[in-house]
Amino acid sequence: MALAAEAGKPTCFQELILTLQRYWARQGCAILQPYDMEMGAGTFHTATTLRALGPEPWYAAYVQPSRRPKDGRYGENPNRLQHYYQFQVILKPSPTDILDRYFGSLRAIGIDPDLHDLRLVEDDWESPTLGAWGLGWEVWCDGMEVTQFTYFQQVGGIECEVTSGEITYGLERLAMYLFDKRSVYDLPYNQPGSEVPLTYGEVFLRNEREQSAYNFERADTEMLFRHFADAEKECGALLGSSNAKLALPAYEQCIKASHAFNLLDARGVISVTERQAYIGRVRALAKACCEAWLAKG
Amino acid sequence: MAKLVLEFLSEEIPARMQARAAEDLKRLFTEGLTQAGLDFAFAAAFATPRRLVLAMDGIPLRSADVREEKRGPRTDAPARAIEGFLKGAGLNSLDQCEKRDTGKGEFYFAVIEKKGRNATEVLREVIGKVLSGFPWPKSMRWGARPLVWVRPLQQILCVFNGVALKGGIVENRADSPDFYFDAAAQGGTGSRFVFVESPRANDVIVPARETTRGHRFMAPGEIRVEGYTDYVRKLKQAYVMVDAEERKAVIRTKAETACREAGVTLVKDDALLAEVAGLVEWPVPMMGTIDRAFMDVPAEVLITSMKTHQRYFACHTRGGELANRFVVVANTVAPDGGREIVAGNERVLRARLSDARFFWDQDRKAKLADRLPALKDIVFHAKLGTQAERVERIVALAQAIMKAESCGFFHMTDPAHLEAAARLAKADLTSGMVGEFPELQGVMGGYYAQLEGLPLEVSNAIADHYAPTGPESRCPHSPVSVAVALADKLDTLVGFWAIDEKPTGSKDPYALRRAALGSIRLVTENGLRLKLTDVFKAAAAGRTINSGELLAFFADRLKVQAREQGVRHDLVNAVFALGDEDDLVRLLARVKALQAFVGSDDGKNLLVAYNRAANIVKAEERKDKALAGQIKSVPDPALLEQAEEKAVAAALEGAAASAGPALAREDFTAAMSALAALRAPLDAFFDKVTVNVAERPDLRLNRLRLLRRISATIDSVADFSKIES
Repeated sequence: MALAAEAGKPTCFQELILTLQRYWARQGCAILQPYDMEMGAGTFHTATTLRALGPEPWYAAYVQPSRRPKDGRYGENPNRLQHYYQFQVILKPSPTDILDRYFGSLRAIGIDPDLHDLRLVEDDWESPTLGAWGLGWEVWCDGMEVTQFTYFQQVGGIECEVTSGEITYGLERLAMYLFDKRSVYDLPYNQPGSEVPLTYGEVFLRNEREQSAYNFERADTEMLFRHFADAEKECGALLGSSNAKLALPAYEQCIKASHAFNLLDARGVISVTERQAYIGRVRALAKACCEAWLAKG
Repeated sequence: MAKLVLEFLSEEIPARMQARAAEDLKRLFTEGLTQAGLDFAFAAAFATPRRLVLAMDGIPLRSADVREEKRGPRTDAPARAIEGFLKGAGLNSLDQCEKRDTGKGEFYFAVIEKKGRNATEVLREVIGKVLSGFPWPKSMRWGARPLVWVRPLQQILCVFNGVALKGGIVENRADSPDFYFDAAAQGGTGSRFVFVESPRANDVIVPARETTRGHRFMAPGEIRVEGYTDYVRKLKQAYVMVDAEERKAVIRTKAETACREAGVTLVKDDALLAEVAGLVEWPVPMMGTIDRAFMDVPAEVLITSMKTHQRYFACHTRGGELANRFVVVANTVAPDGGREIVAGNERVLRARLSDARFFWDQDRKAKLADRLPALKDIVFHAKLGTQAERVERIVALAQAIMKAESCGFFHMTDPAHLEAAARLAKADLTSGMVGEFPELQGVMGGYYAQLEGLPLEVSNAIADHYAPTGPESRCPHSPVSVAVALADKLDTLVGFWAIDEKPTGSKDPYALRRAALGSIRLVTENGLRLKLTDVFKAAAAGRTINSGELLAFFADRLKVQAREQGVRHDLVNAVFALGDEDDLVRLLARVKALQAFVGSDDGKNLLVAYNRAANIVKAEERKDKALAGQIKSVPDPALLEQAEEKAVAAALEGAAASAGPALAREDFTAAMSALAALRAPLDAFFDKVTVNVAERPDLRLNRLRLLRRISATIDSVADFSKIES
């Protein structure tokens, strides 16, 4: 069974991940593990944000659990989750055949470009909290967005010295397409024929319900405001002038602040005008961390 | 004479940028050749998602030798002047100059002979120049390369006279060890990136190849081409249609055929067609089906979802309703005839429409009025408050417009309906559907209002209150719709004017130009008699605005709009210049009468006479500064000596007497005819009467006064000095 799966297309969610990992490992990527903190997207991982800066070559791929508190739907919407997985590939400098390599990964997971309509549709990417932007595309497969493809131009307000190519697969959506499921909760998580077959819903539905309730109703906003302020302060202290600057621990505080902000936003306690100000504060932290990272490097 | 085919092969170029890029390539490249002294007979440019292509013919193999002469200083000029001349001409010593007597003295002449250059050399140089400064709206770097392009540029193919130019693009910086040559010193452009024949391998940013490639998936192999015709033919065999027009034609024809077979008709959409043609190199239209379960969701929702999110074409049934079919244009010929592709697209659409259906069902559970409190949380603009505050202003302004209109447009309007429509117009901003599809604002409110059982007048006004959004879009005509639509736009305009956020140059982030154009259409197409300055004041509600400046902004938009309708913008100026005209309907009536008049023989001749009179006065005023003050007064009848000047004075009096009342009753044609009576006496006056009688200063002054009075009388109808003859 395992051997058959190895040779053929993935038949469940976890095999999709394993196939992508194996594929990108063969392309020379370091296969990293998820960052062990709450973050909104794989881009926040130091393996992308910080490594995109400076001249050093860097090839890495990893799964990143991504938390978007506002997108929670209590498990009732078949397409939206407050916790989902991104598969992130970063190739720096972007090789000239990066698109061919990417399309190769689609073949590996069972999307045959001869049988499907693959298209690159303009989609520029910007992260106001990271002070980052890039140009690229949404990749469409038969009209469905399966990947976000970006050439990073700026991170932390700093021009990238060497351009990274970033490939982000939305795993659940891709899996729903591959396994022809209308609801994310019906996805096979492990092999349907295995001893204990599990669906995505069996693994995550309760999490979606409880976390949605936390995000929208229960999260203690006073505590979150405090956490935001603490993280901001700590970040500043770690980058202060009296001691050596600690870019990585400081950046973790920036990630914390960003997640606290996302929770506060989901709780609806940040007004439209304040929103911009908070995003600006997180960006200021990200910028300072990026500068410290480069200064050390 | 030789042919050229140049292709820049890149990763996918955004559809919206392709047509412009092809034009820019043609312009920059042909300008470059011309500047380098290389002629050509023909040039055409094309774009696909992956290529910019230039085809040219009639290029000589060498540019002609050029002999240029520069005249220098006199031979007896100071040494410094001579040095400067030599330096400027790029010469080392006077030996390289000739001495020539021009009849005005002896001068140095530098004769600079420029040898013609090989066309290939010029082509390389121009390619480097084009790559160094291509005007992409957004461009990027990739890899570790310094060049910027819209997306990574993979290779260049340049086949000239049947031979592909070899080499590659390198960065050429004088301060770098990689310096290749001093292009500027060799008469070239000295651009940052240059196309050299034998680059060092590590320097190559973009290689020039002798082959290109076909369709990304269907024909990725190498293709060798000899010329443009060969290029187009071989690429077609490799599943690439180079010409966007051909791709559009194929999409249209095949989509229509598919529709015919399915018993539906294609909904024409030129903007979508252009975009889709920019997303495919090999268009393959296919027919898909919309799940019947979604067909009771409003057509606008289905169309928006299909068009903006998926780039599908909508179809109509024979009865003109939205059909449960759509056309998707794929970029590939699939071995299964596209079954998987269609199935995949149908699945994606189903997921999108289930979202839409969810919102449709949810939104209808709340009444529009129940949504109003939530508008307090939506900030319209930091300095202009929330949507809730805006709604209050729009309600008041719509009522003020209704009261201010003086021609009875609103005499049957139920004030309660007007208030309900104005109050509920923005309520759909809090609905799930508008959150998901912002472009459906208004339309959804209209549907929800109708389903709630609100009067049709109210639901229509809610649906229409953003209209008209462009010159082609439908303009509301029913009174409630007109009042709310106008109030919405004027509140925006006056608001942004009050906080001094006006459009500048190409920047108009709040679409104020569109709001003004929309207001103009609402007023003029419905014949609303409004004094705009009064309405501005009502909209300002106590805030200070520069009303004159806002009116001038309207005037500019009116000119743009008038030009599109064949009305001369100088005539709009001529009427606006009268000042204090802020009733657009009256203003346009006057402009139209004026246009008819200046198109007639009487009008043309009167304009000539007017200009003649004005020019004489102007010329005399220039000579004699004191004159301006003196000639304002009425001419003295006692000093009118010749019959012709007496006739003019009498005609002026007559014209003024009939034009005045005609203007008052807004009979502009009659006012113009009154002026026409001036023509014969004026012609006779200019024939027989000398204005500048040197020996009789009193006569001269009186006649100048008479001339000034001619201008003044005519200007009371329209400022003729603004009319271009």
